[in-house]
Amino acid sequence: MNRYSFWVPSTLLFVALASHFQTNGEADIASSIAKVDTLPARFGFGRPATGAEITRLDIDVRPDGKGLPPGQGQVAIGRQIFATKCVACHGTVGGPNGSLVTTTNPDRKRPEKTIGNYWPYATTVFDYIRRAMPFSQPGSLTNDEVYHLTAYLLQANGIIDEKTLINAQTLPRVVMPAQKLFVPDDRKGGPEIK
Amino acid sequence: MKKIRIQLEQLTNRISRRTMLGGAATAAVALVQTASGKTIQQGVSLNELLPEDPTKQIGTLAGEVGTRSAFEKVVKKPSDISSRSPLQDFYGIITPSDLHFERHHAGVPAIDPAKHELLIHGLVDKPLVFTVADLKRFPSVSRIAFLECSGNFRGGKETLSPQEICGLTSQSEWTGVKLSTLFREVGVKPNASWFLAEGSDTAIMTRSVPVKKGWDDAIVAYAQNGEALRPEQGYPVRLFLSGWEGNTSVKWLRRLELSDQPFMTREETSKYTEPIKDGKYRQFSFDIDARSIITYPTYPKTVEKGWIEIRGLAWSGRGKVVRVEVSTDAGKSWQLATLQDPILDKAHTAFRYVWNWNGTETEIMSRVTDETGYVQPTFAQLAKARGTDNGGYHFNPITAWQLKPDGRVLHRPDNLR
Ligand code: HEC
Repeated sequence: MNRYSFWVPSTLLFVALASHFQTNGEADIASSIAKVDTLPARFGFGRPATGAEITRLDIDVRPDGKGLPPGQGQVAIGRQIFATKCVACHGTVGGPNGSLVTTTNPDRKRPEKTIGNYWPYATTVFDYIRRAMPFSQPGSLTNDEVYHLTAYLLQANGIIDEKTLINAQTLPRVVMPAQKLFVPDDRKGGPEIK
Repeated sequence: MKKIRIQLEQLTNRISRRTMLGGAATAAVALVQTASGKTIQQGVSLNELLPEDPTKQIGTLAGEVGTRSAFEKVVKKPSDISSRSPLQDFYGIITPSDLHFERHHAGVPAIDPAKHELLIHGLVDKPLVFTVADLKRFPSVSRIAFLECSGNFRGGKETLSPQEICGLTSQSEWTGVKLSTLFREVGVKPNASWFLAEGSDTAIMTRSVPVKKGWDDAIVAYAQNGEALRPEQGYPVRLFLSGWEGNTSVKWLRRLELSDQPFMTREETSKYTEPIKDGKYRQFSFDIDARSIITYPTYPKTVEKGWIEIRGLAWSGRGKVVRVEVSTDAGKSWQLATLQDPILDKAHTAFRYVWNWNGTETEIMSRVTDETGYVQPTFAQLAKARGTDNGGYHFNPITAWQLKPDGRVLHRPDNLR
């Protein structure tokens, strides 16, 4: 039994030691009973990830631009792609799946939350379109197409002009109007209602 | 001639072609073979399956999986993007797995567990890939906790049930490996402060989570209520962040990337952020504030005057429920409800209050207090704190029910605008 007590599960170890303890009551054994599940630093499960498989899955883009691929986008080309691949669901200024462009529609009680008035970071536009759009064929756009569409949507929302080129250097520098409106959660529990 | 093949063979002689074609409510679906040998599904009336005296006819033999009684019509309420748990039909605190609420952004993916892998990379010493079998080899952990969508609120009319108002919360026992165990395995670097969790649905759902939550109590879960996760809940693996808004518990988990800043994904900027006062928007609102709701008596049930056991659920994302109070006079006075054990950390807790209704019109409601001293607010208190442009996220007001002298029970809507 002793031979195995280095690695047997703690329950088994406990049974073995408990019976031992009854017979001679050694103090050092009592302290080893209290120790449960001494975990190894590492179990050694799983396999090392290769650079290639990380690259294949690592599609996210951070606000500082980390993750943006090579390529470049132009507003005019983006406008054309939008008309063929996106307009059916989003309309030019407000389709059935929500507007992507800020408008001041007096019929609405509140302005619709869009890229122009609600999105705090421009990099999110690139990340989300590349990841999830078009809704029915996600992942079908090339990086250049995503850059063009990002450029068009930023221009349509009045954030950049027609001439601005969008790429890994320029996109993180685009300051979004809504960025200053976002504050981190400060609820902390307790009696205060926030 | 039709030949009927159903499990209840001893009952087949009772099913005539006439009754199957009749208008009786469908109780079961039997496989019916037509003359040409084609198998079709055919409704069978409940009465036809029932013996007149259950003690006089041998019952169904032992089977491979159990079934819900055909008399129990308990169902979720689906929309295009979510499906709500029937809170008013539950007993106790565990949500049956097939009635757990659903919320997904691009449907439920079909995933072969033998092919599914979890990649952990970024600010780590050793980027690793784990198969589902690998994850199950690690020491496991289980906890009973609620999961609630932060968009869990609906109001505005009298004819709403608890399911419609508050059905985007459910509770399970979740089993998996502690994320801290996996963090040690990959060697998370000291400068890692956030991690990205990514799913393998077509939304490729992503959320940024502070690393601290990963070390504290995050679970990479592969089981729910004693069996593998349901596909709707993230089969074969999901993140489970107890007490936090449901969207952060990313389902169908395929990747975790350690980083020194949040990623600002669409689901933590354009969505799951809420307006507060002065034109500001609150972001990374992770914790679910305490909430309770009476689940009986509620719309569309009716009641009779006399003794009524008022029943409900209470929970907090910040710890244990310490107190639930019930008012039977529209909030003028409050009485302590009895809490049913177990009262668990970040878990639905059942409460009850036995009351003798004299049959006159009134309103009943409940409010919870959690370990931090937070008392569930009224709709008006929330509106005062956050402004009237309520986005609907993290909205946990006291819910009131009107009892009418004729026994009808109706939701009491709050009106602001
Ligand atoms: C088949 C319909 C469909 C098509 C085509 C489509 N989308 Fe979408 N889009 C949606 C739906 C549905 C949502 C909301 C998804 C959600 O909430 O999870 C959405 C959301 C978005 C959003 C986020 C909006 C917000 O305010 O959060 C952006 C940006 C977007 N789409 C861009 C595009 C672009 C660019 C294209 C063309 C390449 C496109 N979409 C094509 C259906 C579509």
